[in-house]
Amino acid sequence: MKRRALFCLQVGVTALTALFMIVPVVLSMLAGVTENYFIGLRSGLTLKWVDQVWALYADTFWLSLLIALCCLAITVAIGLPAAWGLLKAPPRWAARIEECLMLPVALPGLATALGIILLYGRFSGLRDSWLFILIGHVLFTLPFMVRPVLAVMQAIQLPRLEEAAASLGAGFWRRFFTVVVPNCRNGILAGAFMVITLSVGEFNITWMLHTPLTKTLPVGLADSYASMRLEVGSAYTLIFIVMILPLLLMLNACNHWLERQATRNALKELA
Amino acid sequence: MNNDAVTVTLRRCARRFHQHTALHPLDLTVHAGETLVLLGPSGCGKTTTLRIISGLESSDEGGEVWFDDRDVTALPIEKRNVGMVFQNYALFPNMNVAQNVEYGLKVQGVGRGEREARVKEMLALVDLSALANRAIDKLSGGQKQRVALARALAARPKVLLFDEPLAALDAKLRERLRIEIGALLKKLAITAVYVTHDQQEAMALGDRIAVMEQGRIAQIDTPQAIYQRPATRFVADFVGAINCVETDAHGEPRQFCRPEDILLADDNRYARHGYIVGSTFLGAAQRLQIDIGLAAPIQVERHAREAWHAGQRVTWTLAPRAALDFTGY
Amino acid sequence: MSLLETRGRAPTALRRRAHHGARWPWMLLPALLFLAAFWLLPFARLLQIGLSPDRTTQQSGYWTVVSQPQYLQSLLNTLLLSLAVTLITLLIAAVVGCFLARQRFAGRGTLLALLTFPLAFPGVVVGFLVVMLAGRQGVLAQLSMSLFHERWTLAYSLSGLFIGYLYFSLPRAIVTLVAASEKLDRSLEEAARSLGASQWRITWDVIVPGLKPALLSSGALCFATSMGAFGTAFTLGTSLSVLPLTIYGEFTNYANFATAAALSVVMGAVAWLGLMLARALTHAGGEQPS
Repeated sequence: MKRRALFCLQVGVTALTALFMIVPVVLSMLAGVTENYFIGLRSGLTLKWVDQVWALYADTFWLSLLIALCCLAITVAIGLPAAWGLLKAPPRWAARIEECLMLPVALPGLATALGIILLYGRFSGLRDSWLFILIGHVLFTLPFMVRPVLAVMQAIQLPRLEEAAASLGAGFWRRFFTVVVPNCRNGILAGAFMVITLSVGEFNITWMLHTPLTKTLPVGLADSYASMRLEVGSAYTLIFIVMILPLLLMLNACNHWLERQATRNALKELA
Repeated sequence: MNNDAVTVTLRRCARRFHQHTALHPLDLTVHAGETLVLLGPSGCGKTTTLRIISGLESSDEGGEVWFDDRDVTALPIEKRNVGMVFQNYALFPNMNVAQNVEYGLKVQGVGRGEREARVKEMLALVDLSALANRAIDKLSGGQKQRVALARALAARPKVLLFDEPLAALDAKLRERLRIEIGALLKKLAITAVYVTHDQQEAMALGDRIAVMEQGRIAQIDTPQAIYQRPATRFVADFVGAINCVETDAHGEPRQFCRPEDILLADDNRYARHGYIVGSTFLGAAQRLQIDIGLAAPIQVERHAREAWHAGQRVTWTLAPRAALDFTGY
Repeated sequence: MSLLETRGRAPTALRRRAHHGARWPWMLLPALLFLAAFWLLPFARLLQIGLSPDRTTQQSGYWTVVSQPQYLQSLLNTLLLSLAVTLITLLIAAVVGCFLARQRFAGRGTLLALLTFPLAFPGVVVGFLVVMLAGRQGVLAQLSMSLFHERWTLAYSLSGLFIGYLYFSLPRAIVTLVAASEKLDRSLEEAARSLGASQWRITWDVIVPGLKPALLSSGALCFATSMGAFGTAFTLGTSLSVLPLTIYGEFTNYANFATAAALSVVMGAVAWLGLMLARALTHAGGEQPS
């Protein structure tokens, strides 16, 4: 029967895709703890590659973490007011500005980084510091903080709440910090996980902007793939995956929660 | 009587958006301590008027808003000290009931002890003392509306403003809350402006009603006057049902009356004749459709237990002073 | 009702004393200033440097780019590769998306998570995984060795690049299409079935048009990402030239700023055109972009 065949096709494609996604990851993680990859699992499991990675590349972890947290701080500080601005702006302006914010994401990171170097590279103080990398990360992650926050603001009908606060005498900044920000908590949370995940994994921009003294995790990874043995590269990848997994799980959970909230609110409106 | 009650005066307040006029230049006085209801269909300008009084919107050039003898036209809502109750409650989700109620007091800088006392007082007033620490998403619609009211009152506003507060509730709850709000308003003797499209609400709550149509006030008077002596056909039609009982030579309607103001008999005691073409059972009452020789049958309201049937010949007349012809009485 | 009414009257509203909504330009200022300083100005500088003369040809960067065959080849390679990846990704993601949206089974959530978790991988890791899969010691090589006694090594060729691009494009596309499939109106399909349409017809006449906005938006994003993908190609050290590698080479090895800049501008412009085309096609159908 036609339907049966189609169903089998779908199952097949899904299964193959799943394998395609997972098998390389599993292999790589295994290789990171295998004594000798070329011999295979028969050579035994060991953590010595992981130790070696840590000895060589520990600072890349700390730098990536530092940059990710600073990126988060800046995107919250700039992004929250921006989301509010987009909420209140006339729809045509809001659409155009949102597009502009997405430009560094949509257009190749390499081009962005090249432009930054050609323009600001001559300030050697800036060029040599990790702040240079931070700039690129903020550009890339800002829209991912603005979007969820804006979505939450729209869902809770923020303008009404602000009117109520104003009717009780609260001025603009008081309203912002006692009513606007606390009620965007969930959007900020979802955005935060996205920003951190993206920042930790960013390569295209970072590679152009880095120096031997300011290496992030992905830069270190590229280094190890090029110059170290397979097992070391695999161990490094293993650590990276282990680091990023909890972030992704939290992100997933946040998004599910936000979606359920949105449907619940929609149902309440109808009821 | 509350001696601190404020008189609200609007002079020449108007509002235009592009080509559409939401409000034609309007003069309005809300007397100290009275509850004025703004009644009308959607788009009539009642909400715009309320928002101009509140300060959330401002009138076009030349309009003025006065509280007693103070010109508040230039003041934003934060400075006007009004209490506002919204249709969708607008309770702050990040605060519990008590924190919502005390918000206005916090803004005013009132000390903690006094705040707590006032919150207790307000919650007792709206009968929610037990729920002080409840999260607001755990409240029912009626409870939310009471919290909104308590919050608006806690900050001792000069004027209380209601923007269709009961529209989101179901019928039984609406009726109950209407009675509670009515009692509260009487007790507090505060100046209040109440916007609604529900004529029952208007007549139950208002000391005076301003019926609005397309950006203008069609009539402003007591509920009795509005119902019994409507100034225009629109007003008459909006606050109740009307029948056309007489036409002129060209067939244009000339005289109207209410369905309950027609005296009916199954014998020849009255002057005018007609016959019953149908009836609708309404629970406590029944509406009889009677053909009196005009284009449309008239509706007559009778007690449900009376026995009338279709095809029955009847005679009828108007009750004394029941004729509505909008000529100023 | 509220401030929506003030929205449409920008000039007059701003002339009045400040309403609650009038502050919005100020609140957007920090973000816009940041964007202007670190994206707009650098891009302008790129445009400008592209005009300066190339080191070897002594012509302006832009002229060099369109006249020298190796750059045109690189552009063409990248374009074709991105298009191919986009099409295959959309196809697979649509099938998987429809399937997962409609079937409920134990472990569905886990499967979805597994399919999408590579979303966070940088391109370099993807390149490494391709090597694991199809490199000299990869799974494919070992399989083919045992089955056919020859080593199949795809990783360092165009196919390897293609596999890598597919790997990082699929997660995002799957997420978007699963969401879009869930929102499809089933009653349309039921109506078609009641009128006798076969499953094949239903797919083309009802499901695909219903998914059109999602397909266009994720396709555009996939295309733009593939155009600019650097890390994967960098790790695979492929001999085949793609634009990002060419740009990197010109900049780092030859210090050929003019050409590097010109190529970057071209690369950005092509990605931008892809996005604009997708948007135009979405609106042409009169549908809302997802």
